[in-house]
Amino acid sequence: MTNSAPRQPDIRPGRLSEEALGQGFSDLHPALEPHEALVEADRCYFCYDAPCMQACPTAIDIPLFIREIQAHNPKGAAKTILSANILGGMCARVCPTETLCEEVCVRETAEGQPVKIGMLQRFATDVLMEAGTHPFQRAAPTGQRIAVVGAGPAGLSAAHRLAMKGHDVTIFEAREKPGGLNEYGIAAYKATEDFAQREVEFLLKIGGITIETKKALGHDIHLAELRKEYDAVFLGLGLAGVNALGAEGETASGAHDAVAWIADLRQTRDLSELPVGRRVVVIGGGMTAIDAGVQAKALGAEEVTIAYRRGREAMNASAYEQEVAATRGVHLRFNLQPKRILAENGHVMGIELERTVSQDGKLTLTGEIVTIEADQVFKAIGQSFVADGTSEEAASISLEKGRIKVDAARRTSLEGVWAGGDCVVGGEDLTVVAVEDGKIAAEDIHATLMAATKVAAE
Amino acid sequence: MADLSTSFLGISSPNPFWLASAPPTDKEYNVQRAFEAGWGGVVWKTLGEDPPIVNVNGPRYGAIHGPDRRLIGLNNIELITDRALDTNLEEIARVKRNWPDRAMIVSLMVPCEEAPWQKILALVEQTGADGVELNFGCPHGMSERGMGSAVGQVPEYIEMVARWCKEHSKLPVIVKLTPNITDIRYPARAAKKGGADAVSLINTVSSIMSIDLDNFAPTPTIDGKGSHGGYCGPAVKPIALNMVAEIARDPETVGIPMSGIGGITTWRDAAEFIALGCGTVQVCTAAMTYGFKVVKEMASGLSDWMDEKGYASIEDFRGRAAPNVTDWQYLNLNYVTKARIDQDKCISCGRCHIACEDTSHQAITNMVDGVRKFEVIDEECVGCNLCVNVCPVEDCITMERIAAYDPRTKKPIPDEYGNWTAHPNNPMAVEKQQFAPEPATMPDAAE
Repeated sequence: MTNSAPRQPDIRPGRLSEEALGQGFSDLHPALEPHEALVEADRCYFCYDAPCMQACPTAIDIPLFIREIQAHNPKGAAKTILSANILGGMCARVCPTETLCEEVCVRETAEGQPVKIGMLQRFATDVLMEAGTHPFQRAAPTGQRIAVVGAGPAGLSAAHRLAMKGHDVTIFEAREKPGGLNEYGIAAYKATEDFAQREVEFLLKIGGITIETKKALGHDIHLAELRKEYDAVFLGLGLAGVNALGAEGETASGAHDAVAWIADLRQTRDLSELPVGRRVVVIGGGMTAIDAGVQAKALGAEEVTIAYRRGREAMNASAYEQEVAATRGVHLRFNLQPKRILAENGHVMGIELERTVSQDGKLTLTGEIVTIEADQVFKAIGQSFVADGTSEEAASISLEKGRIKVDAARRTSLEGVWAGGDCVVGGEDLTVVAVEDGKIAAEDIHATLMAATKVAAE
Repeated sequence: MADLSTSFLGISSPNPFWLASAPPTDKEYNVQRAFEAGWGGVVWKTLGEDPPIVNVNGPRYGAIHGPDRRLIGLNNIELITDRALDTNLEEIARVKRNWPDRAMIVSLMVPCEEAPWQKILALVEQTGADGVELNFGCPHGMSERGMGSAVGQVPEYIEMVARWCKEHSKLPVIVKLTPNITDIRYPARAAKKGGADAVSLINTVSSIMSIDLDNFAPTPTIDGKGSHGGYCGPAVKPIALNMVAEIARDPETVGIPMSGIGGITTWRDAAEFIALGCGTVQVCTAAMTYGFKVVKEMASGLSDWMDEKGYASIEDFRGRAAPNVTDWQYLNLNYVTKARIDQDKCISCGRCHIACEDTSHQAITNMVDGVRKFEVIDEECVGCNLCVNVCPVEDCITMERIAAYDPRTKKPIPDEYGNWTAHPNNPMAVEKQQFAPEPATMPDAAE
């Protein structure tokens, strides 16, 4: 810092022209044209017991859906995708395919160039969704009623499958809109044109699902009541808490929680009205850090630095995500642990970090101090599960490592209550994993309820 | 550098690549461009009697595609030239004058009567053309009028017309054969009996390319209806090779000059036809798909391969494969192979496994010690080659001969040749003879 006159933080909206803004927030990967899709589909070898399918958390039959595209049946392809993953459209946009299906594609082995599975999945699901029809039909009504808490990927997935089986589902959502992280968390350029809401609308066409928004567990609704009123309860609560930095100056204006800032950004209709700092530092090494950094840059921040306390290899964000950030002008710096946020007059002016050394998985501070000037600092150092509403009864839900403990069928310790998505322990905090949790839980809820009604009938 | 020039029936051309009688050789403009591109000769699109025929005014072609819309089969319902005879003759004469070193063959089709043949042959002779090809192959339209394949399907007619042509013209006569018959040897024998100097084959295969599922009509569709056409392109090459081989090894036609036609797309295809005995090859679909420039690849590829193999001229390898075409009964049953998978090349797609598992002999693993791995089980492998064919990686799976003992049959493998004629399971086995020798009727065509 210099000793000259006190500087003013430079945080303001409208840094870029409409055109530049539009460019920065346009589709990360423009959709494949039909011709491109056919050319790409022709690359698939229709592998036996395909590695891509094994790598997909929702076990989408990838070779089959690509073959359906090849055979000019993209709607059939979409049905194959959606029968395994009802949020296949969003997963096509946000899945880290480079570490899942595409990483193990045999074309990657053969030529270092996997089949663009994610792009093909998006092509097929786009075709179906544009047709405006819903490919599945509800089974005969069972008379069973199920409460789903949380309209994020896990809850939506569970609700759709339960509705399809003939059950009546009510989803309770704390926020104003359904979609969870798809609506509030995913980077804007990954789900353009209000895709999250369009996908929810598409999903609801199955029928039998009611969504009640602004209903938060532990406040507006209570687990004990849900258990009493409904035949089963599914909790897809997500991670409502954010980890604190525990560094001095954290409360200065200009220091933001990245998750909340991204949610604001996602809900901002006119991005030219969203203020951003001239110089931005993002603390963290996960997807949220990347999303915050890239979007700050897209809003017009001149200098964006992501500072991560460990080395590049330890970063949770995939190599591909790192590349996206780097090519968009975000500076990635490693082995820098935040020491304190520098503030003047209550405003962020910079951040002081201490250089670390990673040795045998252990992080050691070196004492060397690095200062980065900044107008805004985003904290993206992880989210945590908030157990509000799950422990208000005598028999509260068991947690493990701060998250809900579930068995293989996604049953919690509490009878009649299932859970999935980021709120359960052991997941990978991926949309696609949440969808699979919801699907597995729904299947088990269905099996349990049907067994119970059969016993009752006998 | 290898010498690609050929002399076929005394007709010389700088290379064996001729354009077949088809749309690319319908007029001076195209043929001029073809010669500029390097084609060794052309067979001018079939001439008929005036008034010229008319073509449909809707789509004439249909295709099937492989991956990435690579054209692998084409069919057409185009007829012979629809231009006046005089116009064609005039252009033929001019092109031949301008390109004296290139082969100029004229394809002909007139009604099955002596006078029209006599008349048209005289006109062709005046152009200075090098020879004629009798179109007995066109399977659509003209055949309904008693020409084209309607002649080619009746050996007696072939013989008769060939004889007329030899009587009424000094030009070399090539008979173009239709594949739309059950045994190609009969029309070939008839051509030879009639005095034809050579045969060319194959003409197109009768085909319907697809059915339009919206209007339930064959494609190409003309106002809601379709008619069978003639099929050509890479997909018909194996059919053509077999027919060429049958003529090459038939004692009655052995040695007859042949011009090979059928799906020739690259130098390698051409070399294969020549290896079966063809003196020249004729190309159409490859040119119609990619333009005349493909001949440059064909010429350089053939030349480079010949240099590598030490063949100075086409005659050095022509016919070398013909003696190796034999009947099934003479194949060596003591030749035992097993598939071998090169694990370094394997990309683990699993296609070999599932093809073998679902449809063949359950001889390829998909899992070894809990790991995805594809290995051949010699105890089950019959050496069928299906895995080689379905593997997407070239040379990843190969067939290797094994000796001494076959773990599948659990029997020793005799070192000596042994075929079906003497096999114990053969009720007709030749007694007191180890095996019937393969008839050695094939002279070395290269001699």
